Amino acid sequence: MNQLVLVPVILPLLGAGLCLVLGRSARAQRVVSVAVLAIVVATAVVLLVHADRHGPQAVHVGGWPADIGISLVADRLASLMLLVSTVVTLCVLLYSFGQGIVEFGRDTPLSVFHPTYLVLSAGVSNAFLSGDLFNLFVGFEVLLASSYVLITLGGTDARVRAGTIYIVVSLVSSIIFLLSIACVYAATGTVDLASLADRIQDLPPDVARVLQLLLLVTFSIKAAVFPLSAWLPDSYPTAPAPVTAVFAGLLTKVGIYAIVRTQTLLFPDSDLRTLLLWAATLTMVIGILGAVAQSDVKRVLSFTLVSHIGFMLLGVALASPLGLAGAIFYIVHHITVQTVLFLVAGLIEYRSGSTNLDRLGGLARAAPVLSVMFFVPAMNLAGIPPFSGFLGKLALAQAGIAAGDWLAILAVAASIATSLLTLYAIAKVWNRAFWQPAEDADDDESSAAGSMHGRGVGLQAVAEKQRLPLGMALPTLALVLVSVGLTVAAGPLFSYTERAADELVQRTPYVTAVLGDDR
Amino acid sequence: MSVNVVLVVVVGVLVGCGVTLVLERSLTRILVGFVLIGNGVNVLFLIASGAAGSPPLIGASDDPMSDPLPQAMALTAIVITLGVTAFGLALAYRSWQLFGHDDVQDDLEDDLVRRRAELDDTSATFDEADTDVPDEEGSDPA
Repeated sequence: MNQLVLVPVILPLLGAGLCLVLGRSARAQRVVSVAVLAIVVATAVVLLVHADRHGPQAVHVGGWPADIGISLVADRLASLMLLVSTVVTLCVLLYSFGQGIVEFGRDTPLSVFHPTYLVLSAGVSNAFLSGDLFNLFVGFEVLLASSYVLITLGGTDARVRAGTIYIVVSLVSSIIFLLSIACVYAATGTVDLASLADRIQDLPPDVARVLQLLLLVTFSIKAAVFPLSAWLPDSYPTAPAPVTAVFAGLLTKVGIYAIVRTQTLLFPDSDLRTLLLWAATLTMVIGILGAVAQSDVKRVLSFTLVSHIGFMLLGVALASPLGLAGAIFYIVHHITVQTVLFLVAGLIEYRSGSTNLDRLGGLARAAPVLSVMFFVPAMNLAGIPPFSGFLGKLALAQAGIAAGDWLAILAVAASIATSLLTLYAIAKVWNRAFWQPAEDADDDESSAAGSMHGRGVGLQAVAEKQRLPLGMALPTLALVLVSVGLTVAAGPLFSYTERAADELVQRTPYVTAVLGDDR
Repeated sequence: MSVNVVLVVVVGVLVGCGVTLVLERSLTRILVGFVLIGNGVNVLFLIASGAAGSPPLIGASDDPMSDPLPQAMALTAIVITLGVTAFGLALAYRSWQLFGHDDVQDDLEDDLVRRRAELDDTSATFDEADTDVPDEEGSDPA
C-alpha cells in the first residue's frame, strides 16, 4: 500500500519518456498522457482515503533510513493537494487537445508539449509528497524547468520577453533555496523534514530564525507573496491559455504548500507571526488594487491570483487549527476556481480574438454558455455566498477574530475589503466584456498597439465567428462543475481539512510515520 | 565544528560577483552570475560537510570519514545548474535572433500605465464614456 506513494512521481516521468519516443504520433501521445494522468488521479484518491483512515504513508526510496535517504510522505494535506492538482492537470490537458489546432499553429513543436507537461506533473507531485528539503528542491527544479519550456513554447517574441523575466526570477529563487538548504545542513546535519522537526528546536533561536527567513523568502518568491510578487502578472498572461491556467492553478500553490509544510512542521512556535500577517495583508490589498487598474482579462486574473495568495498566507500566519483548516480549504477552492477562470479567458480569446476589455463586448448575448462558465467561478472567486470562496473566507475571518489581537483583526478587515474589490474588478470584466455591446468592430489598428500576443491575435481573429469547440468547452465545464461541487461538498471537505490541520499542528503523526516509533 | 576561513571567503567572493552580474540587464551576464552564485553555494555545501582531509567513505572504519551527503547534493545541484544554464543560453540566443539583443525587458503594460500617469490620463477602464483614450495612447509613437 505504501508503495503507491511512488506512483504520482514515477509514472508521469515514465509517461514523458514514452511520449518522447512516440513524438511522431500526436494521437499516441494523447492516449499516453491521458492514461498516465488518469491513473495518477485514481492513485491520489486511494492515497487520500488511506491517509485519512490510517495516518500518513511514508516510503523510504531505495531503503535508506530517513535521515540519509529520500522519503516520500503522503499525509492528509499532501494527498489532498495531490488529488486536486492532478484533477486540474488532467482537465487542462483535455482542454489543450481542443485548443491544439488553433493555438499551437504549424511552426510550434507540438511533440514537446506532452512530455514537458507530464514532467511538470511529476515535479508538482514530487514537491507535494517530498519528505525532505533537498528532494523538495529537486521537485521545484523539475517543475520549474518544464515551466520554462512551456512558458516560452513556440519562441514568439512576446513569450520570449515575458519568459525571460519569469526565468530570471525563478533562477534567483532556486539559488536562494539551495543556499538555505546548505545552511540548514550545516546547522543540523540533515535535510529530512521529520528529523529537522526535532533538531531545529535544539538550535539557538537566532540561527533557527535565519533558516526560517531564508526558507520563507524562497517560497514567497515562488508563491508570489508581496513584495516578491511583481514578476507574476507580467509573465503569466502571454503563455498559451492552458499553460497559464495550469501555472496559475498549481505553481503558486506549490509555494504556499511549502510555506505551510515548513512553518507548521519545522517552526511551530514561530515569532514571525507579525511579519507574516503584514505580508498577508499587503499581498491581499496591493494585489487587488493592481487588478482594479488593469484592462485585460488575463492581467486582471493574474493580479487577483497574487491578491488571493494573501488569504492563504493569512491562515498560515494565524497558525491556529481553524486558520490552517481555512487556508487548506482556500487553497483547494482557489486552485480550481483560478484555473477555470484562466481557461475561460482562453475561450474568450478564442471566441473574440482578444482578451482586452476595450475590444470585448456583447458576449452575454453572443455566447451565453461561455458567460455562465465565466460568471459562476467569478462570483465564487469574489466570495459571494453560498460558494466555496465565501466559506473559505468565512473560516479565515473567524480564525482571525478568534486570535483577537489588533493585527489579526486588521488582516481580516483587509481580507473583507479585498473580497469587495475582487467583486468590483470581476464585475467590471463582466460588464464590459459580457453585458455591454461591442463598440468597435474593426480593431486592426489598435490590435497592433495594445496587443501583447503578437501574431496569434490575427490568426485567431479569423476563427471569431465559430462556435466554441467542444474539446475546449467540456473540460472547462467539468472544472466549473468541480468548483461548484466543492461548495456542495463543503461540509465533508471542511471537516477533512480540519483533520489535516490537526495533523499539522500535532506534528507527531508525520514524524512518527517517517522515523518510526523507536526514535 | 571548525570552519575553513579560506572557503568562506571564496563563497563570499563568488556570490558577491554573481549578485553583481545578476543585477545586469543582459541575460548572458545574468546567466554567468547565476553560474558563479551556483558555484559559491556548492562550495558552501563543502563547508557544511565539515573539515577537509578526512578519507572518503570506503568500507567500515572507526576513523572519521568525510560526509558524502553534501557531496551528493552538490553534484545534483551542479547537474541542475548545467541544464538550466543551457536552456538560458538558448533563450538568450533566441532573444538575440528576435530583438537583436538579449536584455531583460520591462513590462509592456506597466510602461503603458506609467505613460498614462505621466500624461495624467485615466485608465482605459476608468471612464466608460470615453473609450477612445487607450487607442490614442497605444498609437503614440513615443
